[in-house]
Amino acid sequence: MKIHEFQAKELLRAAGVPVLAGRVATTASEAAAAFTALGTPVCAVKAQIHAGGRGKGKVKGSEQRGVELAKSAADAERIAAGLLGQTLVTIQTGPEGQVVRRVFVESGCGIDRELYCAVLVDRRVGSPVLIASTAGGMDIEEVAAKTPELILSEPFDPDRGLAGYQARLLASKLKLPTPSWRHAETFFRTLCRAFVDLDASLVEINPLVLTKEGTLVALDAKMTFDDNALFRHKELAALRDEAEEEPAETRAAAAGLSYVKLNGTIGCLVNGAGLAMSTMDLVKYHGGEPANFLDVGGGADVKQVTEAFRIILSDKHVKAILVNIFGGIMRCTTIATALVEASKTVGFTVPLVVRLEGTEVEEGKKILAASGAAIITADGLTDAAQKVVAAAKACHTPGTSP
Amino acid sequence: MSILVNRDTRVICQGITGKVGEFHTRGCLDYGTRMVGGVTPGKGGEKVAGLPVFDTVAEARAATGANATMIFVPPAFAADAILEAVGSGIELVIAITEGIPVLDMARVMPVVKASQSRLIGPNCPGVITPGECKIGIMPGYIHTPGHVGVMSRSGTLTYEAVWQLTQLGHGQSTCVGLGGDPLVGSSFIDILELFQNDPDTHAILMMGEIGGSAEEEAAAFVKAHVTKPVAAFIAGRTAPPGKRMGHAGAIISGGKGTAEAKLAALRDAGIEVAESPADMGASLVRAMGGKR
Repeated sequence: MKIHEFQAKELLRAAGVPVLAGRVATTASEAAAAFTALGTPVCAVKAQIHAGGRGKGKVKGSEQRGVELAKSAADAERIAAGLLGQTLVTIQTGPEGQVVRRVFVESGCGIDRELYCAVLVDRRVGSPVLIASTAGGMDIEEVAAKTPELILSEPFDPDRGLAGYQARLLASKLKLPTPSWRHAETFFRTLCRAFVDLDASLVEINPLVLTKEGTLVALDAKMTFDDNALFRHKELAALRDEAEEEPAETRAAAAGLSYVKLNGTIGCLVNGAGLAMSTMDLVKYHGGEPANFLDVGGGADVKQVTEAFRIILSDKHVKAILVNIFGGIMRCTTIATALVEASKTVGFTVPLVVRLEGTEVEEGKKILAASGAAIITADGLTDAAQKVVAAAKACHTPGTSP
Repeated sequence: MSILVNRDTRVICQGITGKVGEFHTRGCLDYGTRMVGGVTPGKGGEKVAGLPVFDTVAEARAATGANATMIFVPPAFAADAILEAVGSGIELVIAITEGIPVLDMARVMPVVKASQSRLIGPNCPGVITPGECKIGIMPGYIHTPGHVGVMSRSGTLTYEAVWQLTQLGHGQSTCVGLGGDPLVGSSFIDILELFQNDPDTHAILMMGEIGGSAEEEAAAFVKAHVTKPVAAFIAGRTAPPGKRMGHAGAIISGGKGTAEAKLAALRDAGIEVAESPADMGASLVRAMGGKR
């Protein structure tokens, strides 16, 4: 689960990680009032969306950037007006961009140097790690690719946390002035503790700022949480902002389905995440473009399959659907019955290609054949892919755009 | 011969009194697995599928001589179940449970590493040596005894690959589901080493997916240490960056974990790559160059 920057900063502040004072605004006049209330000569006005790259991102149809400095209340009002309700396009939002519903007005500070730090779980080490770099405020992926020696990394045990000496080691390698080391030790250890306590999957501070006073401050903050651990963090549920999520993905999650919207024309309904990914690849391999990833899971029933079809069909770009089921524990007869039921209630507007294999496959195929439903059956993966790609190309559904 | 499990493996199920645990315990019994008991705290003395239920793994092991466990305990308690199995000296711990918090696994990993136990999973279909022993949720009948070692990070994709192999007349020595989570007990490399040392395994088919760098590490290991023919498929070529594809581990982040990087590493190691998921079985046949 992702959250906004202002929410991440509230959590960090509560955990004892130094952040600057700031206020959220949903209107331009609120932004002006926030500037006045903060009482610093300069404030940053920052668009709040669930995507990074805001500083370099621009609002559609204008030169307004996602983050700008304001030197007066009028400035803050003007910048907020240029952001709120507008669509911000960054390298992470894709060309369609994301609508800005809130801005965060944050007081400024005297910056000596910009650094980078993040906490995440390193699969190779098998534990959480604190990553830090002197290359702050930059695209960290690019830094990692071009100058890997600038990326420092310290693994730590979730329960013991980051050791004091590890924090000092980083402070030294980051060439922080000696008087700042004690401060850095507290900052890094508190940050790692917050990561563990909140079951985060990522905490990224970019930039992390060394102030002119020699303290460290989180100037930006990005946090995502381990969905598997949300059951023990009821306090985080309130931070979910469904407006930032793809509606179909939220709907799918509620039905126990795993769905990711893509930009193609061929809807996919598959059991199992690996097979679902492979089915998308298969469609692409045969010249089609997948419209989605959809894993119905191992024990899908009629209700879930019906909902899955509704979700796929809610994407108006879908011109054909491929169902690929390898019945293991799930019997092909179960899925065939569900398909027939769904075809009656959903009402397919596009061709449906079905490939069944595995447990009770013959009986499943008989159910499909006997139903009289308009289903194109396929034998094997290649046959299925060729049929669905051909069906999508032949389909000219009125009112849909490519 | 085979790896990890065979007809002599004595298996208990942790979480046997749950609906799923009981269902799959019966499935394993039907396949011929030597299931010897189950564990659910507080339900000791009961019977499920004709098997004795114990309160603790230690008791179950003492009473049955179990050397393997299959874990169906719900996510919130699964990490503790793994620790209990390891702490009780069970040699092979297979965690089927999906949805364990990643930091719970980060706490478990060092304990497993310091022990004599081997952990497979979590979030995996299990392990099967066809005709001898099935521990997990895979449909037994698609497998056939033979000499291809199969390993994968995904369930149904493995079934697909196994089915293709069976259709092509290639049986399997052992099939291992590694699991789709970011932190899993055994890596491709761990299993590659076992397959390389198993005289009954003549070739290896691996299914990887986007995210992490396990496939790249496996490729480097194959290049340096594996003399048997290897074929591979990587799922997720079409997956966009930043989106989690079902498995918590299947995500391209920061330009890392892309299918292209993995495929390049595999090819560089001389591994036969399947271009399409329909080509997985055939790619293994190509890798073997007509041999059996």
